Amino acid sequence: MKQALEKIGLAAKAELEKISDSAELENLRVKFLGKKGELTAIMKQMATLSAEERPIIGQAANSVRSEIEEAVAKKAAELKALASERKLKEEKLDVTLPGKAPRLGKLHPMDVVMHEIEDIFIGMGFDIVAGPEVEYDYYNFEALNIPPDHPARDTQDTFFITDNILLRSQTSSVQVHVMEDRKPPIRILSPGRVYRSDAIDATHSPIFHQIECLVVDKGITMANLVDTLNMFLKRLYGEECKIRLRPHHFPFTEPSAEVDIVCFNCGGKGCSMCKGEGYVELLGAGMVHPKVLKNCGIDPSVYSGFAFGLGLERVTMGKYGINDLRLLYENDLRFLDQF
Amino acid sequence: MNLSMKWLSDFVKIDAEPKKFCYDLTMTGSKVEGYEIEGENIKNVVVGKILSVTPHENSDHLVVCQVDVGSGEPLQIVTGASNVNAGDLVPVALDGSDLPGGVHIKKGKLRGVESCGMLCSLGELGLTKHDFPYAIEDGIFILQEDCKPGDDIHDAIGLNDVSVEFEITSNRPDCLSVIGLAREAAATYALPFEEPKPEYNGVPGNISDSLGVVIENDALCKRYIGGMVKNVKIGPSPRWIRERLRASGLRPINNLVDITNYVMLEYGQPMHAFDARFIVGNEIHVRNAKEGETITTLDGTVRELSPEMLVIADTEKPVAVAGVMGGEYSGIMDDTVDVIFESACFDGASVRRTAKKLGMRTDSSSRFEKGLDPEGCMPAIIRALQLVELLGCGEPLNTVLDCGQKRHEKKTVDFDPGWINSFLGTEISRDEMVTYLERIGFDVVLNKVRIPSFRIDIEGEADVAEEVARFYGYNSIPCSELKGVANAKLSPAQNMQRKLESVCTALGLYEIETFSFISPKYYDKINLPADSKLRESVTIKNPLGEDTSVMRTTVLPSMCEVLSRNYNLRTPEAALFELGTEYLPTSPDKLPNEPARLSIGLYGGGADFYTVKGMVEEIFGAIGIEPEYYAPEGDCAFDELSMFHPGRVAVAEYNGRQVAIFGEMHPAVAETYGIGTRAYCAKINVEELIGEQIPEKTYKPLPKYPAATRDVSMICADDIPVAKLEKLIKTAVGPVLEKVKLFDVYRGEQIAGDKKSVAFSIVMRSADGTLTDAQADAAMKRVKKALSELGAELRS
Repeated sequence: MKQALEKIGLAAKAELEKISDSAELENLRVKFLGKKGELTAIMKQMATLSAEERPIIGQAANSVRSEIEEAVAKKAAELKALASERKLKEEKLDVTLPGKAPRLGKLHPMDVVMHEIEDIFIGMGFDIVAGPEVEYDYYNFEALNIPPDHPARDTQDTFFITDNILLRSQTSSVQVHVMEDRKPPIRILSPGRVYRSDAIDATHSPIFHQIECLVVDKGITMANLVDTLNMFLKRLYGEECKIRLRPHHFPFTEPSAEVDIVCFNCGGKGCSMCKGEGYVELLGAGMVHPKVLKNCGIDPSVYSGFAFGLGLERVTMGKYGINDLRLLYENDLRFLDQF
Repeated sequence: MNLSMKWLSDFVKIDAEPKKFCYDLTMTGSKVEGYEIEGENIKNVVVGKILSVTPHENSDHLVVCQVDVGSGEPLQIVTGASNVNAGDLVPVALDGSDLPGGVHIKKGKLRGVESCGMLCSLGELGLTKHDFPYAIEDGIFILQEDCKPGDDIHDAIGLNDVSVEFEITSNRPDCLSVIGLAREAAATYALPFEEPKPEYNGVPGNISDSLGVVIENDALCKRYIGGMVKNVKIGPSPRWIRERLRASGLRPINNLVDITNYVMLEYGQPMHAFDARFIVGNEIHVRNAKEGETITTLDGTVRELSPEMLVIADTEKPVAVAGVMGGEYSGIMDDTVDVIFESACFDGASVRRTAKKLGMRTDSSSRFEKGLDPEGCMPAIIRALQLVELLGCGEPLNTVLDCGQKRHEKKTVDFDPGWINSFLGTEISRDEMVTYLERIGFDVVLNKVRIPSFRIDIEGEADVAEEVARFYGYNSIPCSELKGVANAKLSPAQNMQRKLESVCTALGLYEIETFSFISPKYYDKINLPADSKLRESVTIKNPLGEDTSVMRTTVLPSMCEVLSRNYNLRTPEAALFELGTEYLPTSPDKLPNEPARLSIGLYGGGADFYTVKGMVEEIFGAIGIEPEYYAPEGDCAFDELSMFHPGRVAVAEYNGRQVAIFGEMHPAVAETYGIGTRAYCAKINVEELIGEQIPEKTYKPLPKYPAATRDVSMICADDIPVAKLEKLIKTAVGPVLEKVKLFDVYRGEQIAGDKKSVAFSIVMRSADGTLTDAQADAAMKRVKKALSELGAELRS
């Protein structure tokens, strides 16, 4: 019997060698280890053995059984690994096919830049406020030290609704509302649409956006203005950004300045974009004119302030290298999809 | 203002290169737009002397010249011009020379005869007869200048000036002059500068004997000085005057007219010259125009005058529009004998209004309208009479007629260096400040500063601070951080805006920006009823065109335009949104309301009615409100209803107000816009929602007990809205209801034509324990009963 057991063990091993799939392996397991299997058949004959032989043969049978079981388990693991490897190979994908996801929409590039600027100023403690676009002459001009027939009105060709009501030509009108409505300290930013009677071309539009900044408090200096401008523009354009201030004239600020930024295109060396100057004009700024403070009921002997305003279109075009302002209002999806 | 650097050097000596000069002046406040070096594009052109002119062997209309160009052998040059003779001095473009317009001259053969260059005409040098009145236009420029063969042409004809273009701000009319800019340049470089004091001798004579001046409106004419020149000799001006006018961008005309322009450019004071023959009554009246009066101005145009306009008149008629332009009739002509010079100070606002109304802005009006200094009148007229004497072109009387305000108090402003430093944030010493101010003619006496009369812009301490700052250097002002803590936040409206933007982009919508003014025709395009209130728009009095003439009362036409544009660009699908403003009139003398609106537009990409509805639902969900949706029936708050498909439009109602309309674009409207596919639009009244008290979200415990789900399906009348069935189910189930979900709607075969099959899945759950079958079944029984009462036939 012992020989028979050994023979079964050897036969099982030999057959196991030839097996290549899990179905065959199962057949083999049943053939040798199953209830009707060869080993079981032998075990059934144990009863005919003597009491001395029984433990010896029993032990041998168990050892053969566990040998076969181990070998089968090992083979099963091998087959599983092989099958898994084959499956992985079959499941290879072309990873360059496009992905699938619900498409997200996009904000208009001007809105992206507007929020960036708003967030910078919120971080610096400025409230964001809005004002009416259809406006009284008083808020757009007179309170800002631009009386009727002032030549400065020529530089802002204005759309009129009545003799007294117009489409605001500058967001500076909001300065007056804010100073009338709030008490210093005032720190506000006011973005919005403004209107000028310019025919539309690559650099002009009858509608465009300005962003107005106003600070009024005791002891506000021009040095505060310079610092705020630097801080804002470095956050917007990066630490390396350089600006310069040039004396200029606005009726509602004194001193007034135009602020230039090192040319985006040439970095200051001078090129066709900056007409060889190395700088491009970015915004207008200045100390709030004492007359404007007075017009708004703020005592200029106690308070001072600064203000500046910049064109959102210009900043957006500079940032993205857009060379035609019309694109911003045509809403061609092929354009909008680029941002 | 174009400045001739040669002219400037009469008053201040500048060593800086043009580029540096432009930069430096810009940084002290006189902005330079650019500069032009005269004759920069002419190279290697010299004066030549014609030695001989002989016929060309192969041509009848060409001649061969031997030309002395100052060095070496004479050059042989072939020319087609017939006006050259031996002995003439001419401009010669040598081999390898450049001429304006990118012309390059090289040695070559003309009809077989060698030509070593080219003889030049005025035009070939970029000049005209105005620059050299003695030359002819169609022939070689025969030089009548003091020059010799070999001289560079730039020096020979004075084509060696630099013209700098300044952009002078409206507060500085004093800088619209050579002297004003000289003062600024001298201050910029800390160079000495002396105010010029013109003088002349004149011929004895009392001007009052031959001229009277009456200022009838002294509010609009502060001062009027008349001068008289007898026996004038009209002719071209000398070269230096012509050169300077040319470099300043003005065309030389004749000596007397050139003098008025020269003085205007030099002193910034516009001048006028009248032919005394045509001043009827020998009297000048400065008065308002009379109703119906006209004048033919120097440009030959007949102008209709109106009573608010100030004119210069003789005893009969207007002879000039004050400060704007003279009349043709009394202008200087070749046979003029006696000339009256005018140097006056007119009210800026009045000149501005008149020039604007007449539609002519002149060098004169653009100076007057900024406000000129009455004290500038006298030096200017003296200078003009001095020039007459210098040019020998007439006999100026040694008296002038000075009417109106002669003197006025010098303006003084407080001078407090401590305040200036505290305003600028600087630490500039008092002495340094005084130095800067004195350079520009200010006079500091103790704690006051006296302002020169030509500085009409200086009114207070802040103005003085600017003068100090611009010479100290704006870029020398230090940086100083704002002090104090400020608490900034977005307003409810901005928060709403940002939330909507984030939801809309998450829904796949692209943001657009459209014009707020539209054409009134757009209301027809969206099929707005003829009596709609939305047709009453805020109207622009002076629009660019009809297309942009009214402020929109609805944002939807703008959206339709953009959908149409993209469709016509063959973009296969579009999904757009705009956060825009509508402008709703209140009363004629009041500002309109400007409510915020959200519009959505879709076509293509499988979009249908339920796509736009789904978006509207998601948007309201994100805001935190749950409006009711229904088909409007004669109770629509939106006049835009008529732009939608009548069977595919819905409104959303919240708190008793319709806050949104959406649906499919009416096929006729789509056709009008040239959109060849179904398109969908929505408009949400955002403004009305900003003020709503939207409840804060609170946490609800997650369910502990399992839910019971039951389905119910029925056949019912087709015109019963699903929302009605849903509402009924909700009420019938009661508090254990968790969710009712529609899972099927079917019309068609096996269902009668006026019926539909509808199926819902009902999820019920109790917070107190597992729902028993009995409880669920009881609820379903109530549901079925309610549905049956509505006439629905339940299916098992």
